[in-house]
Amino acid sequence: MVVRSAHADGEMPGTAGTAPKIAVIDLWKSFAGNEVLRGINLQVAPGESFVIVGGSGAGKTVLLKHLIGLIAPDRGHVIIDGEDLTNTEPARCLAIRRKFGMSFQEGALFDSMNVFENVAFPLRRHTRLSEQDIAARVRECLDLVHLEGVEVKPTNELSGGMRRRVGFARAIALQPEILLFDEPNTGLDPITGAVIDSVIIEMREHLRVTMVTITHDMKSAFRIADRVAMLRSGQIVAVAAPDVFRSLSDPYIQKFLAGEPLEEDVA
Amino acid sequence: MSAEPIPAPPLFGFFERIGRQALELFEEIGRFFYILHMTIYWTFRRPFDFKEWVRQMVRVGVDSIPVVGLTAMFTGMVMALQTFRGFERFHAESYVASVVSLSLTRELAPVLAALMIAGRIGSSLAAELGTMRVTEQIDAMYAMATEPIQYLVVPRVGATTLMLPPLVALANGVGIFGGYAIAVALLGANPVMYWDRTFQYLDLNDVFSGLIKAAVFGLILSVTGCSKGFFTTGGAEGVGRSTTSAVVMSSVVILVSDFFLTKILF
Repeated sequence: MVVRSAHADGEMPGTAGTAPKIAVIDLWKSFAGNEVLRGINLQVAPGESFVIVGGSGAGKTVLLKHLIGLIAPDRGHVIIDGEDLTNTEPARCLAIRRKFGMSFQEGALFDSMNVFENVAFPLRRHTRLSEQDIAARVRECLDLVHLEGVEVKPTNELSGGMRRRVGFARAIALQPEILLFDEPNTGLDPITGAVIDSVIIEMREHLRVTMVTITHDMKSAFRIADRVAMLRSGQIVAVAAPDVFRSLSDPYIQKFLAGEPLEEDVA
Repeated sequence: MSAEPIPAPPLFGFFERIGRQALELFEEIGRFFYILHMTIYWTFRRPFDFKEWVRQMVRVGVDSIPVVGLTAMFTGMVMALQTFRGFERFHAESYVASVVSLSLTRELAPVLAALMIAGRIGSSLAAELGTMRVTEQIDAMYAMATEPIQYLVVPRVGATTLMLPPLVALANGVGIFGGYAIAVALLGANPVMYWDRTFQYLDLNDVFSGLIKAAVFGLILSVTGCSKGFFTTGGAEGVGRSTTSAVVMSSVVILVSDFFLTKILF
């Protein structure tokens, strides 16, 4: 059941002739006999904001972790800038990974370090910047996510929204070409969630990066997406621009948008 | 209205359980050697994180001095008391000193110190890495193109392996002193004679083989703790499970490998 939308599905909007930044080809993954991804195909254009929505357990996080090589697929390919991530030597794999910045669900901040050290971590590992330059860069990244005066705070003193934003700052420290967001506003109140969305939109305008976000929050998806894809039981069932996506007639998508239970779940 | 499940043949569950446990054991061994192999691989690659090494050496070595010292002190004291009561029966009290020094350096100091460190450090390694695993901090390191084995495991395993021999050397000294104090103060041994007998039959070899054992035990307990933590699944409960089994497993492996090391080294 694949819904072909008016806005081309497999093809990316307004990118005729350009190579995709990210291409996923026939990706399969199962854990202990449980098939989580069942033949995923998708392409993301350079500079695009691509949002994958789907219910809990649809395989969203697993798919996102495949994009950056944190999980190896059983079958299929993940291609970044023409290079197959699933089929390269480890050293090259690390180099490809440096193109990414990833923000994790709960922030995944290092709790043995304070905010400054968290954001400085990738800079210290991968650049030869002086401490002064590192401090300047950390300041710059924290400014971009609108955080002030939190540098010396231990991470366990931060609120949920602040943790996400420190995670964003850490993800952009090395000026990545691709940003991945894992459920950026799950567990936040609607207002903080909206703030996070606006931070994401702002980051995109400033940094001109390609973004892939997974979420189950449709409001947030429509705010930040160029295209929205629906993942259900390990398959992409629809890809469309937000306006088109809203009017898709697929019953599952309509239920998902309205936040209503499926008959089969109720029965 | 589902179909009746087919009844399993008798004893099926029994064999299934044996099979599953055997598989789990092999997986465990596989993980241990995977972490050991990757640790050795990443130890000799840039960047070297000296600050982290020093921090871990302080944590394992310096901070363990009280607990190791106390253990060794009382072990030496008990050894002196027990052997004195035994040797008294055939008038060999003068050999108490030799027995205390030999058994401490060859056997008791390395094994007891390693068991104490397994409880103190092995558990905390498993809990620390396990928490980092379940809160995605380890994934975050991969995502920042940093190898977590190199950043987290190498300094911890290295520091534990390097710090166990000095700790055991300290335990040797403290234990021998404990025995001396008891023998002289409580049992009326001649201090000069006791001191002479302590070193009379003690080879440098005895001391060194104890220190080699200590380094091997340090490697075993730290790799076990790290591999338990690194492969933790299942949230807070999983971290608890990893921590417990890190201590149990490393203690058992220390005791078993102690036998084989003794067989090889002597």
